[in-house]
Amino acid sequence: MNNSTHPVLRSGLLLGLIALLGTALLAGVNELTHERIAEQEKRRILQQLNAILPVASYNNNLLEDVIEITDEASFHHPAPVTVYRARKDDQPVAVLMAVTAPDGYNGAIRLLAGFDHSGSVLGVRVVAHRETPGLGDPIEVEKSDWILSFMNKSLLDPQAEGWAVKRDGGQFDQFTGATISPRAVVKAVHNALVYFDANRQSLFDTSATNPERDNG
Amino acid sequence: MAEQLKNILLDGAWRQNTGLVVLLGLCPLLAVTNTLINGLALGLATMLTLMVSNLSVSALRGLLRPEIRIPAFVLIIASVVTVIELLMHAYFYDLFRALGIFIPLIVTNCAIIGRAEAFASRHGPLPSLMDGFATGLGFCITLVLLGALRELTGQGTLLAGAEMLLGDWGNYLTLTIIPEHPGFLLAMLPPGAFFGLALLIAARNALQADKAGKPAQAVSNLSAENLVGNSHET
Repeated sequence: MNNSTHPVLRSGLLLGLIALLGTALLAGVNELTHERIAEQEKRRILQQLNAILPVASYNNNLLEDVIEITDEASFHHPAPVTVYRARKDDQPVAVLMAVTAPDGYNGAIRLLAGFDHSGSVLGVRVVAHRETPGLGDPIEVEKSDWILSFMNKSLLDPQAEGWAVKRDGGQFDQFTGATISPRAVVKAVHNALVYFDANRQSLFDTSATNPERDNG
Repeated sequence: MAEQLKNILLDGAWRQNTGLVVLLGLCPLLAVTNTLINGLALGLATMLTLMVSNLSVSALRGLLRPEIRIPAFVLIIASVVTVIELLMHAYFYDLFRALGIFIPLIVTNCAIIGRAEAFASRHGPLPSLMDGFATGLGFCITLVLLGALRELTGQGTLLAGAEMLLGDWGNYLTLTIIPEHPGFLLAMLPPGAFFGLALLIAARNALQADKAGKPAQAVSNLSAENLVGNSHET
């Protein structure tokens, strides 16, 4: 290296060069992987949706037929709720709503709830939560069958007061040592179902927003 | 040369084991080791980072003036880790989700910048690569042992979630060692990680004392200076 160059300048240039090389490397790898990453994210969402709604029951593109609703009063949460609409030959079949239960024991619990067009629950799954391992986490389908107890329930079965955990006089079991997590889930599913029942027509009729979402 | 490489390997993997002796990088070590597979995955990612960063630092060591040394290390390490993160996101998606924030946080593992500073900036590419491999191997072994210990006591299985690393056939690898295990919450929660690490350190010290025929040296005697000053030259 030329010794007459100012050492600070030389150091600065060298550092800049390293930064440039690093950036170029990252840009290259990003270019190589971003399609596959987007695919993986899609595959994961579809997997979650299909766990509730059998593939054979619809034939539209579930991931494209999406609207987002922001309604804090109904969902008790400010975040937009993503609604996936399933149709067969353009006839409405079911919706899957990505709702958030704000009042878990350790923060929000993100859920995916599926309701068929007649208004009964197809299924519910927990997408993300931070409940205490071993106490609150039986809300996960991998840990216990509890979440399956929502299946085939509707607003008439049980009536409104039955949509609560047993300790609160409702129909749903709580867990030993954990009432808050199941209570939060029951409430969020009930809110979503009430919203679906009241807005069934518009939920299916609104044209898809197809939002650019970069994560699940 | 062969002797020197062997020494580097022994130092990194056993004598100066990052997790058990030097006690660097404890945050990921304690956080992800609730199963063997999680530990193994983070261990491998860290090992790869160490090897690439050591190699790059060693190749650039003639150019790096002391005043820009640290920022240059940080740039190199951050780039390497981000590349690994992108690749995992694309090709090991489930694992990427299981390890979450701890992949980008490999950047902050002080063992990596420690090796760049203490070793790679003073040695040629081949010994530096070896040092990265050895240090990474030592860290990885610690993660795997702690993960195995916690998974076994916590849920009675080994290799649960192997399919995240190996594809579908990994499902058959999961071993249920203790059937009908009721689940031991303490082992799965963070305190269990501390207890587990303490047991591993004690076991290592006992082994060491056995070999030397004298009481184990207290871990706290080994300070960071010791790490920087340890000479691989001799």
